[in-house]
Amino acid sequence: MRHIFQVRIGPAGFRVGSDWRAPIAELERLYAGYPAPENGVPDFTVRLFAARPWRRWLRPAVTLGGDFVLPDAAPLPLSQGLLAAEMAMNLQMALGQRRYLLLHASAVEREGRAVLMTGLSGAGKSTLAALLGARGWRLMGDEFALIDPATGMVHAFPRLVSLKNAAIGVVGDAVPQARFGPLLAGTPKGDIRHLVPDPQAVARMDEPAQPALLLFPRFGFAIAQRDLGPSEIFVRLTQASTNYVALGERGFDAMTRVVRDVPARAIDYPNAEAAIQQVEALWNAL
Amino acid sequence: MERPVSPDAALLARALRDPASLEPLDADGWTALIAMARAEQLIGTLAQRLAGAAMPPAVARILEDARASAADQRRAALWEAEAARRALVGVEAPIVLLKGTAYVAAGLAAGEGRSIGDLDILVPRESLDAVERALLSSGWEWVKPDPYDDAYYRRWMHELPPLIHRERDRMIDVHHTILPLTARITPDPEAMIADSIVLENGLRVLSPEDMICHAAAHLFADGDLAGGMRNLWDIDRLCREFGGRDEDFCLSVYERAHRHGLLTVVRRAFRLARQLYGTPVRAYRSPIRVPLDDRLSDRLYRRRLFARNGWGRPTRRGTRFAFYLRSHWLRMPPAMLARHLWTKWRKGYRPV
Repeated sequence: MRHIFQVRIGPAGFRVGSDWRAPIAELERLYAGYPAPENGVPDFTVRLFAARPWRRWLRPAVTLGGDFVLPDAAPLPLSQGLLAAEMAMNLQMALGQRRYLLLHASAVEREGRAVLMTGLSGAGKSTLAALLGARGWRLMGDEFALIDPATGMVHAFPRLVSLKNAAIGVVGDAVPQARFGPLLAGTPKGDIRHLVPDPQAVARMDEPAQPALLLFPRFGFAIAQRDLGPSEIFVRLTQASTNYVALGERGFDAMTRVVRDVPARAIDYPNAEAAIQQVEALWNAL
Repeated sequence: MERPVSPDAALLARALRDPASLEPLDADGWTALIAMARAEQLIGTLAQRLAGAAMPPAVARILEDARASAADQRRAALWEAEAARRALVGVEAPIVLLKGTAYVAAGLAAGEGRSIGDLDILVPRESLDAVERALLSSGWEWVKPDPYDDAYYRRWMHELPPLIHRERDRMIDVHHTILPLTARITPDPEAMIADSIVLENGLRVLSPEDMICHAAAHLFADGDLAGGMRNLWDIDRLCREFGGRDEDFCLSVYERAHRHGLLTVVRRAFRLARQLYGTPVRAYRSPIRVPLDDRLSDRLYRRRLFARNGWGRPTRRGTRFAFYLRSHWLRMPPAMLARHLWTKWRKGYRPV
């Protein structure tokens, strides 16, 4: 490929090749504080390319490729090349990760123990993780929590935090503007802006943590909390995992261990401040 | 800027053939090798093959994951075969497992590390309706909603339109012969089923000779050589395993292939397997004359088989397209081919 970028995020090394310079330049700027893949050999290859030669220049469209692909992912305009790179990197993890049980969840850590927050898109996973990260918690990741089947520990995957729509302003008030990427307006998921995790999140990304609290947040409701039975937790976590089936018995064992050992709560919240207070209160009550 | 990467997937063939040849690989070389192996669905095989060889820790971890993943796929494939067996208990017909599932069910070296996707089975043509009904009543559903595709499969193909299980999300291909009915070569599926070997659970696998005939037919008489490196690796492993027990195994394969009309195809497969992987195949002068000298045209096939770069990307569009056309040319008579391609084109299908 013409332009190349390599990076390691937590335990996963990536190689991104692109037909265009622009997405690579943005990745270089935003991932400047990250290390290179271990031994120079990335775990996953990502390709951003023009499906037809003229699409490199004429209304350039970025097609996502790599070791693992979905058959009919729609191309993105070049102005959203950074989003294309992030989506393709996430896709490698979602479809190709076999070392860890992958939960679609954000995670923050304090004193070696982690809070995992999972839920549907729009539940506020990324927003809460970013805000907690600005208040002394260590951000472990806003998209995937990696559970090691051998130890039950959660490993960090602190990629760029992907903030959408109203969350951009909410988090923008809490962290320095210098840590933000460009505003990507009008993407298939609405407006998106990426946030660089703070230096400690990157410096300590190889430190795993003990899962201590599992939350199912839901934005847009009056403050409420609810206990969940183990079967509901199990089903919701299997839905939140992209590689549970592929991991076979290891996946089942890791999943049941989380359900058995980690206290869980569903929390509803009307605004970010209310959510953070609930998280802190539940944490202190552990 | 572009880093120097090995020009094509010959690197992967070399790694599989002779793992010791990899020692001078640098980080970019390993990266290219892994991307090619993934793209050719040979990463589990590569991992198996390189077990214990010297490599950077990052590579060792990637290959360890691939080995674990292959073990999971093996288990899932055997379970899927068992699910089909249970669904077909009431059907009074032999059920023959094909390809990857057959290799692992029979405990063959060709199954080690192999990636296995769909379940492929072969049943007698007269049992097709009963098999279809049994599968549909046990949770399998049609994949292709297109009436043209469905009608095409039923009239001209060697298999039912693919079915998928609605809970396990796994596909099954039910074959009644091994090449499309429109192809010029017409193997004898009744003989294949008659000589198949019964496993402990009542399911069957093809005889060793027919396994080779099927793999070669699939590769050179049907498809456009996609997945060819993996197919030839299967053939290599089968030849080594069966050839180790019977020094005239190749002769048995030629006799069988002759009966199916597949001798030319099998010779092509043997030549290329030898060129890629050093497969110990034997030519014969008597009792039948079967030469295996390299042919000039083999170079063209290798050019197609190795058409992948260090990014795992397909390369050599012209060669690929030529083999795509060839696959259709072999598959159906010209007038029918023209009608078929025109219909698919109007529906928006574009090859390559």
